[in-house]
Amino acid sequence: MTEPAPHPAIEVRQLDKRFGAIHAVRNVSFTVRHGEVLGFLGPNGAGKSTTMKMIAGFLEPTAGTVLVNGHDVLEDPITVKSSIGYLPEGAPTYGEMTVLRFLNFVAEIRGLDGAERRQRVDHVVRQIHLEGVLHQTIETLSKGFKRRVGVAQCILHDPGVMIMDEPTDGLDPNQKHEVRSLIKEMAREKAIVISTHILEEVDAVCSRAIIIAAGQLLFDGTPIELRARSPDNDIDNAFRLLTTQFYQQHGEAAQS
Amino acid sequence: MRNILAIARRELHGYFSTPVAYVFIVIFLFLTGIFTFYIGGFYERNQADLDPFFRFHPWLYLFLIPAIAMRLWSEERKTGTIELLMTLPITVPEAVLGKFLAAWVFSGIALILTFPMWITANYLGEPDNTVIVAGYLGSFLMAGGFLAIGACISALTRNQVIAFVISVAVCFLFILSGFPLVLDFFQAWAPQALVDAVASLSFLTHFESLRKGVIDLRDLVYYAVLISFWLYANVVVIELKKAD
Repeated sequence: MTEPAPHPAIEVRQLDKRFGAIHAVRNVSFTVRHGEVLGFLGPNGAGKSTTMKMIAGFLEPTAGTVLVNGHDVLEDPITVKSSIGYLPEGAPTYGEMTVLRFLNFVAEIRGLDGAERRQRVDHVVRQIHLEGVLHQTIETLSKGFKRRVGVAQCILHDPGVMIMDEPTDGLDPNQKHEVRSLIKEMAREKAIVISTHILEEVDAVCSRAIIIAAGQLLFDGTPIELRARSPDNDIDNAFRLLTTQFYQQHGEAAQS
Repeated sequence: MRNILAIARRELHGYFSTPVAYVFIVIFLFLTGIFTFYIGGFYERNQADLDPFFRFHPWLYLFLIPAIAMRLWSEERKTGTIELLMTLPITVPEAVLGKFLAAWVFSGIALILTFPMWITANYLGEPDNTVIVAGYLGSFLMAGGFLAIGACISALTRNQVIAFVISVAVCFLFILSGFPLVLDFFQAWAPQALVDAVASLSFLTHFESLRKGVIDLRDLVYYAVLISFWLYANVVVIELKKAD
C-alpha cells in the first residue's frame, strides 16, 4: 500500500458516451493519483453518474477507456472491479437482507473468507456505526442507515480506489460529518472520487475538484483554484459562474 | 464456482425471507393434490402409480414457474441493485447461473415436499418406484426448462408483471407445440420432418416418456439444450442492456 504506484490510480482517457441521440459524456479525460480525493461536480444531468458508472465497469463507453491501476476496464473488468469500491447513485442494496447478511454476501464475492471476513466486517461495522442495526432487514432502515450500509459495502474489502456517487446524500449533518471524516481518514493511501452537490464538502475533503457540464470538462484544479475563479473567493459562486457561463456560450441545447 | 454459489445462496435466501416461498409451496402442494385426487382420479383408477400426479405438472408449472422466475432480474433492475451486482467482481454468466440455480433448487424443494403423494401410493399398493423416480426427474428437468425461459424474460423488463405474463405465453407455446392443436395445423401441409421438429420442441413430448418411466438420453439432452439456450440468451440480454 505504501510503495509508490507505477500507474495513476485512475486514468480516464477521452471517455465518450452516447445514449441514442443524447451525448451524455464528451471526450472527458482526467487522472486521479493515490492520496487524492477528487470532488466530481456538475449540475444535475451533467454526466457525473454516467462517468462514474463507466469507471466502475457498469456502463461501456462509446469511445475511450478507463485504466484503474494500469488495468483497462474494458479488457480486464474483473481485476478492475476487484480493486474498486463503488457506491452507486442512491446506494442500492438488497432490501430483504439483514445488514450483516448483506455485508457477508459482499465479502464472500469480494473473496474474503473465515477470520479475515469476520475481522473486515466487524471493522467496517464499527467504523460506520452499524452495530445497532446488524440484524435488521435493510428495507426497514432509515434513509441515512441505508446510505451507510452502501458506504460499508463500498469500503468492505479495503479497496485502493473508491468511486462514491453522492456518499452523503440523505444523511443528517452529523452523519455527513462522520462520512467526511471517514473519507479524509482513508484518503492518505487511497484514490477516492466523490460526486456531490454540496460545495462545502469539496472544501472539507477534496484535494482536487473537477466540474463537468453537458458532458464536458469545465474545470480541473484544487478547491483553492476553483474558489479563485469567483471575485469574492466563494466556492458556490465560482461554481455558478463557471457553469452558467458555459450554458450561455453553448445555449440551452447543451443542457439536455 | 464460488461466486455462483454465493449468488445462488443469496437468491435462495431471498425467496424464503419473503412470503413468496411459502405461498408458492403451499399453493403448489394444494394444487397438485386437487389435480391428482379429483381431476386425475387417483383412487378411481385403482392403479398404484403416480401418473395422475405427474400428468398435470406441465400445466401447474405453466403458471407457477414464471411466478418464481419473474423476480430474478426484474427486481434487480427496478431497485437498481443490478448496478451493485454488476460492479462486483463477477462475470455475467456467473450471475445468470447463480440465479437460475437458486430458482431451480427452490422448485426442487417444492417438488420434494410432494413426497406424501409417493408415500400414499406405496401405502396403498406396490407401485413401480423406478417409474416414479423417472417422473420426478422429468418434472424437475421440465421445471428447469420453464425457469430458464422465465429468467431470461425477467431480464428483459423491470416490471415483474410483464415478465410473468410474457413468460407464461412463451412457456405455453413450448407446451402446445406437442399438441394436436398445433400439430394438426402443420400436418395438413408441412413435410413430416417439420411436424416432427415442431413436436420435438414440446415440453410435453419430452416429459411424456419420463413420466412413463423411460429415461431416454434424447429427452435429457433436450432439456439440457433448452436450458443452456435460454441461459445463454439471458447472458446476452444482460450484457446488451445492463443499465436500461
